Amino acid sequence: MVHLALIGAAVLIAIVPVAMLMRTSSHGRPIVYGISLIVSLALLAIALLTLLGSSEAASVAVLPLGLPWLGAHFRLDALAAFFLAVVNLGCAAASLFALGYGRHEHDPQRVLPFYPAFLAGMTLVVLAADAFSFLVAWEFMSLSSWALVMAHHRVSDNARAGYIYLVMASFGTLALLLTFGLLAGPGGGYTFADMRAVPPSAGLAAAVLILALIGTGSKAGLVPLHVWLPLAHPAAPSHVSALMSGVMTKVAVYGFVRIVFDLAGEPAWWWSMVVLALGGITAVMGVLYALMQHDLKRLLAYHTVENIGIIFIGFGLALAFKAHGMPLAAALALTAGLLHVFNHSVFKSLLFFGAGAVLNATGERDMEHLGGLIHRMPQTAFVFLVGCAAISALPPLNGFVSEWLTFQAILLSPALPSWGLKFLVPAVGALLALSAALAAACFVKAFGVTFLGRPRTPAAAGAQETDALSLAAMMVLAALCLIAGILPGLFIDSLAPVVQALVGARMPVQHGVEWLSIVPVAESRSSYNGLLVFVFMVISGWLAALAIHRLASDRLRRAPPWDCGYPDPSPITQYSASSFAQPIRRVFGTMVFRARERVEMPPPGDSAPARLTVELRDLIWDVLYAPIASGVGAAATRLNALQFLTIRQFLSLVFSALVFLLLVLAIWP
Amino acid sequence: MGELSYDVAHLLAGSLVLVSFMQLYQDRLYALLNIFALHALVLTLSVAWQAYVQEAPHLYVTAGIALVFKAIVIPVALHRIIVKLGIHREIETVVGVGPTMLLGMGLVALSMVVMLRVTTDADPLARQDLAFALSVVLLGLLVMVTRRNAVSQVVGFMSLENGLVLAATGAKGMPLVVEISVAFSILIAFIVIGIFLFRIRERFDSVDIQTLDRFRGERR
Repeated sequence: MVHLALIGAAVLIAIVPVAMLMRTSSHGRPIVYGISLIVSLALLAIALLTLLGSSEAASVAVLPLGLPWLGAHFRLDALAAFFLAVVNLGCAAASLFALGYGRHEHDPQRVLPFYPAFLAGMTLVVLAADAFSFLVAWEFMSLSSWALVMAHHRVSDNARAGYIYLVMASFGTLALLLTFGLLAGPGGGYTFADMRAVPPSAGLAAAVLILALIGTGSKAGLVPLHVWLPLAHPAAPSHVSALMSGVMTKVAVYGFVRIVFDLAGEPAWWWSMVVLALGGITAVMGVLYALMQHDLKRLLAYHTVENIGIIFIGFGLALAFKAHGMPLAAALALTAGLLHVFNHSVFKSLLFFGAGAVLNATGERDMEHLGGLIHRMPQTAFVFLVGCAAISALPPLNGFVSEWLTFQAILLSPALPSWGLKFLVPAVGALLALSAALAAACFVKAFGVTFLGRPRTPAAAGAQETDALSLAAMMVLAALCLIAGILPGLFIDSLAPVVQALVGARMPVQHGVEWLSIVPVAESRSSYNGLLVFVFMVISGWLAALAIHRLASDRLRRAPPWDCGYPDPSPITQYSASSFAQPIRRVFGTMVFRARERVEMPPPGDSAPARLTVELRDLIWDVLYAPIASGVGAAATRLNALQFLTIRQFLSLVFSALVFLLLVLAIWP
Repeated sequence: MGELSYDVAHLLAGSLVLVSFMQLYQDRLYALLNIFALHALVLTLSVAWQAYVQEAPHLYVTAGIALVFKAIVIPVALHRIIVKLGIHREIETVVGVGPTMLLGMGLVALSMVVMLRVTTDADPLARQDLAFALSVVLLGLLVMVTRRNAVSQVVGFMSLENGLVLAATGAKGMPLVVEISVAFSILIAFIVIGIFLFRIRERFDSVDIQTLDRFRGERR
């Protein structure tokens, strides 16, 4: 199996030169995206066969590549298969979407060669089974995605986004390099099998956890390492944004699960507290940032930060239960986290595709310039609405299931013996609830301002429905959102081998439960039936519509909307994105963002309009990153003098460094 | 045999260090070149002795290369360059001769301490050899650092390389390919530096590297 998967990755790499040759030809796009689609579907099939198949043993391959004494190890076990499925589902959808969407690309030569390389990088990270291949694939993924972020490098701020992304990616890889160095130990066992066989000592394992959190968290977007994410994800072309947000963050999550659950040995009790606290803060901060945004794609990128927080809450709970010897509860929490990984990849890809379709149709990302698109792009509006409902965790869609399961795990926390966790977990639960509610508010804003009301600009008024292939990609994902929402038992059962391998237990089998309900712990405690909710909603909605149309008038009447008695028909009098967010900004923003509102009134008698200016400050940037940046800048200015030494001074520098090192060697005990 | 071979190897390697010291106090270019030729000659003897002791005939090739190129070709070529360019034949030093000699002694002591500590379980002959070789390398670097004249920097660089060859031949079983490639790279370096000398001279009428620095508009 792993050999087949590697062949798939090799095919993806092999089309990179093809894409380079055909970069200006009009056939380049269908060929590159078509082959990517086929390969992704094949890899998805391989992953599903491995995950659902009965074969317990993982398939292993060792290629004579890389370091001569190490080789390149690849392994396809249940965990890798699950993430391979998630990655390639997203890749297949993005390729299908790009078949239509890519037609509007101005610079296809800047996108086509890097796209299959990016897909191959992500697939290889998931398959890698030694530190060297993992890091090479990881860097491959980072660099090719960086090239894609820089595809439109002349757009203002994209170059800065790319630069910050590159710096953060290098930093994250450094942390991962150190992580694997610690895990390998002095013996230098760089394969994952060696690391698994010799778990690190308690002190080392703590360092491994922190470094893994930094390394994978900086890629996944954990606060406060998220700064690059909302800059870089929107800067890329939309199908790549969907991949970066929906899929690449999941590859980072895979890295975390692989290191912390699989390689680092038994967790200590305090690990979960770190992960839980970070997850809770990330969830709330992500959604608060998102609420302050008017840029549709950036809003979605901040929601990725929020959902990564939710996923890490699930993992934190799993660590807590695992450390205290409660494998069943750990299995529940880990299943919740992994299910959210899948769900988020589906609906976040869907939403980014929708944002891409809107961007194509109107040329606008700023919501304040959109509006009324539901009449012009009805199908896009419908699938976007499905995505919004799913990410807001509304039943019967898939987002609800995973967040509900996370809450079920939180409700098991009173059984934990540790007092710290007894206090922390309910607090994190409150943060999770808060973030879910704010996310719903945020997507009411995103959908309402973009698709409802009247168009605010001529560009929005002249929008056209997007092409059939893009719509097909979005429809498939929307259907998956619904299927995963009404048949969650199927997905929970297929996650069982993954969870079994990582925490040594699994959730109860959902297959035989009556009426396709899911029962996470016991029937007496809680159960959820998505199908029932769906059927109820369909029937009651249909009945209501029937009643209204049959019993009341079904005549269509168009009338001017009530505008507080003000007769100005200008669309600017509608609710705007910032006015919708104002109450939440006043409650949370004054503290978190130092939000200041300033009203400038014209003097009496002057007919100039009054102005309301809102100032927001990103405290995390100001406190954490700005000092580092200025410190590095100052040091660089000082060291600049070193560039202008004479030849002899350079030689003296080398000489004194050599003598110094020899002295150290001589004096070292 | 063992005692004698050890002593002779020790003597030759020690003389190489001694000749390196002689390079440090030369203040005329021709004299410096002559000393360098002597340096290469001692190296040739040392390598040839190693070839005899280790019964490694390929080391004779190395010795031959050292003799032909380093003891004859390069000094003669440098002589010609000096004549052709009409280079000022006095060497300007940065640090006085006395302090330089003291520094050199410190470096030799340092390399002894380091090498004897690091290679405790190695063959005693190799140990001594490595310690001397490191001294030669460091002294070559010292020549490069304390002289302002470009030709003397070339000489410093070449004698540094001699130290590397000494180290390489002292260790048993060093393949010939490595030695030849090292020698070849040194030859290339020599050609490049020679061309540079011509170019510098063409432009500035001097090979004093201070001129280069002034050209780059920098303080000393």
